[in-house]
Amino acid sequence: MATTLAKADESVEFAARLEHVSKSFATPGGQQLVLDDISIDVAPGEFVTLLGASGCGKSTLLNLVAGLDRPSAGSITTDGRPALMFQEHALFPWLTAGKNIELALKLRGVPKPERRGKAEELLELVRLKGAYGKRVHELSGGMRQRVAMARALAQESNMLLMDEPFAALDAITRDVLHDELTRIWAETGLSVLFVTHNVREAVRLAQRVVLLSSRPGRIAREWRVDLPQPRRIEDAPVAELSLEITDVLRGEIRRHGQH
Amino acid sequence: MASTETTPVPDAGSVEAGLDALETTATGRPPLRETLVDKILPPVAAIAVVLVVWYILYPVVDDPSKLPSPGAVGSAFRDAWLRGELLGYIWTSVSRGLLGFAFALVIGTPLGLLVARVKFVRAAIGPILSGLQSLPSVAWVPPAVIWLGLNNSMMYAVILLGAVPSIANGLVSGVDQVPPLFLRAGRTMGATGAKGVWYVTLPASLPGYVAGLKQGWAFSWRSLMAAEIIAQFPDLGVGLGQLLENGRTASDMAMVFEAILLILFVGIAIDLLIFSPLERWVLRSRGLLVKS
Repeated sequence: MATTLAKADESVEFAARLEHVSKSFATPGGQQLVLDDISIDVAPGEFVTLLGASGCGKSTLLNLVAGLDRPSAGSITTDGRPALMFQEHALFPWLTAGKNIELALKLRGVPKPERRGKAEELLELVRLKGAYGKRVHELSGGMRQRVAMARALAQESNMLLMDEPFAALDAITRDVLHDELTRIWAETGLSVLFVTHNVREAVRLAQRVVLLSSRPGRIAREWRVDLPQPRRIEDAPVAELSLEITDVLRGEIRRHGQH
Repeated sequence: MASTETTPVPDAGSVEAGLDALETTATGRPPLRETLVDKILPPVAAIAVVLVVWYILYPVVDDPSKLPSPGAVGSAFRDAWLRGELLGYIWTSVSRGLLGFAFALVIGTPLGLLVARVKFVRAAIGPILSGLQSLPSVAWVPPAVIWLGLNNSMMYAVILLGAVPSIANGLVSGVDQVPPLFLRAGRTMGATGAKGVWYVTLPASLPGYVAGLKQGWAFSWRSLMAAEIIAQFPDLGVGLGQLLENGRTASDMAMVFEAILLILFVGIAIDLLIFSPLERWVLRSRGLLVKS
């Protein structure tokens, strides 16, 4: 399917560049370092997952890249404002599915006569043709996340940030949405920075898996995933790499119990 | 498995369509009969019980100056209707009440938004605004009469002082209850500053705001009745409050009952016709109205 959303800009060699990014928050016990010297480049069209246990500052990092917060040190450069998807769908319940998407279009300055058509097009892209007039509470969890995805795509950013977007879904739905995300990523040529604590999910989706250590979040290791898409979460090579990454992740977590 | 070679692997789309169909439930309005039995019958039964008790009590009390017969009150209604005055009483009060409420809306809404959004204003007048809600608005009648005299502006002033705090407080609590996630989602889409207020904060705070409007109307109506009872002046016209006071001075208990019932029914009617449907519509469209 041809899509109007693809936006490959050859002049930019990265979709997001994080250089020595650190972030600390003021707490009653003093400054707490949450992210320590993180440097990541995400190439245009690349799919990167950030993997880590709790306390690795994954969500803080996404907030920084999304521009919702500023780093304490270092710099973040993005090619335009990235779109952000949350674990909760964050759709506005006072609007229908279609109008939620249209709001994103409106805020981007798309003229009114074009909005309806674009919203329908995006709903079709996430296979929700006919859901335009549905209220958010009338949709299932998986459908809501797909509308949220369509809304994020409506921003026509070059980059999509995803903060554990499928964590609250059941396994079957999640599996289907993995296929959908892979398909949409391939069709649109978006760069994706996907945060998760699910190792298999990370390997299933990404071209590159970045493992963060916890407290403070540092880059522990990186893996390239050179498996052809579409993959399945049950594939033997996916399982094999997941095991390897899980061992390293466990090692990182174990260090915290020793002192 | 070998079977994958013979049977085509279904694509994600068809699985998804199946999941979507399994996980969505159809919602619709309940049938008319159910509404009749669940919503209409109970209040009608309650009114019938009150009437029966009244009929039984009337001969026991046996003093029409204390407890008029249901028939006497009924004929008070009929006489007022036949003289063509009944609708006039109601209209005098309702038009005052609704106009006053409209003023309260115009003042209370920006005030509430200001208190909710500006820290300094909240710290300065937030507590006073909540405190004013517990001040009975009757207390405003004497000063309003002294400041403004016996006229309609005095009535509107009393209504405003009764309703503005409720409306403003409703909006404040509505804004306070907006999930931070909505604000974050809005900001990533570019809804910042005034756009954020217009497209995210205000619509998200609508349930609290409508609850405030509902309470604001109840307070408006109460304040107006207090003002009408206390402030008697021929030029003011006869509203329901004056009707009640006229009944008292004439020791006409049937007229007093007529006035009390009218005040009650009009207050309920406005709520049922305007505010309850508004509230239900807001809640239902967001899936917040749980059907029992």
